[in-house]
Amino acid sequence: MKKLLTAISVALFVGVTATPAIAGPAEDANAFREYFKKRFPDIPFDDYINGVYAVNAGAREQWMAIEEFPPYQIAIDEGKKLFGTPFKNGQTYGSCFSNNGVGVADEYPMFDSKRGEVVTLELAINECRVKNGEEPLPWSKGKIASILAYMAFTTRGKKIDIKVPDDKALAAYEDGKRFYYARRGQLNMSCAHCHVDNAGNNLRANTLSPALGHASHWPVYRSSWGDMGTLHRRFQGCNEQVRAKAFKPQGKEYRDLEYFLTYMSNGLTWNGPGARE
Amino acid sequence: MRKPASIFATSTGAVLLLGSAFLTPVVAAEATLAETGKAVAEDRTKGNCFACHDYPGAVLPGNVGPKLMNMKARFPDKAKLRAQIYDATKNNPNTIMPPFGKHRILTDKELDAVVEWVLTL
Ligand code: HEC
Repeated sequence: MKKLLTAISVALFVGVTATPAIAGPAEDANAFREYFKKRFPDIPFDDYINGVYAVNAGAREQWMAIEEFPPYQIAIDEGKKLFGTPFKNGQTYGSCFSNNGVGVADEYPMFDSKRGEVVTLELAINECRVKNGEEPLPWSKGKIASILAYMAFTTRGKKIDIKVPDDKALAAYEDGKRFYYARRGQLNMSCAHCHVDNAGNNLRANTLSPALGHASHWPVYRSSWGDMGTLHRRFQGCNEQVRAKAFKPQGKEYRDLEYFLTYMSNGLTWNGPGARE
Repeated sequence: MRKPASIFATSTGAVLLLGSAFLTPVVAAEATLAETGKAVAEDRTKGNCFACHDYPGAVLPGNVGPKLMNMKARFPDKAKLRAQIYDATKNNPNTIMPPFGKHRILTDKELDAVVEWVLTL
């Protein structure tokens, strides 16, 4: 009964957008891809990892010029240094990850069935520090963004392949999905209103990027931030934009949201770190 | 002078709904009310209409919503226009348009002024 109610409430949130009401994650992701294929018949699937630059040719040119001397390069270099520097106990970050932490950012976000929650790469990095007697880093920018940048860079080219292994994982996925389609804030908008229903349209002078591919390229150097930031920092900005209260970075809400959003991009290529306006 | 006359001519519904107590004192100041409405509409913290709508004279408008033009012809009933701005989800449950009245983004007075301005487009 509870499941049925959940399905119905999701259906209500979804409204006229693409995702079918009673379906599993695989069907959702498929419907998502089909929706954008219909909306943008000329955009190749692989191009969605480039966000707004896939749908706005003018902005794309500027961005390609920026990518020649990427503003995130400094973060990759700093991240590499931090990543290779042993903790006070002599251990390294690499000891907490498979393959010594190189090229494995694609394992996150993952649903840890033993813990019963979504583990993001940020969470894994800070848990690694705490386990080795270090203080956790602040969540959304600074050193953690540099470490993420390095780990993302070594993972470039792999395919996004997020799994939903069991019922608890499905519940986390559904929470993330509900968050995505729920109206929020004084302006009463859902994420989907802007990034699904109105993808490619202009909000004032800003072209709205499609939700497909939204999770592929983090962390991001944003010119309007003037530095690197995480996906959850972006979530906060998008919540505040509709005058809603932002949630805490790495709280359950945003981790579930990241899990859903990344699953929607399954089949695309990891291409972090990125540069955006 | 022209404006008050045509509003009476086209918005009998509004007269019936809002009543003469509201309309009579406002008529004399109609032009300024529309001007106030324009200022409210173009204030980014208030109406911010051009974030989504193009209209004659809009600077760097968005295209999320339809262009605002021929508004008097499209909304002969002023009360319907007001209701649309007050809470657009009533008409279209999935609309992206914020419920300016229901969520107190605009006060009642500001909303009335914006309605007058929209009818000039
Ligand atoms: C009012 C419209 C609006 C809403 C609602 C909105 N966003 Fe955004 N979002 C934007 C704009 C504008 C940008 C910057 C341009 C772009 O990339 O779309 C952006 C950017 C993003 C990006 C970065 C895209 C990239 O390529 O790096 C992500 C991720 C994102 N939004 C997620 C969300 C999520 C999740 C929600 C719901 C919590 C949400 N947005 C709600 C307008 C919106």
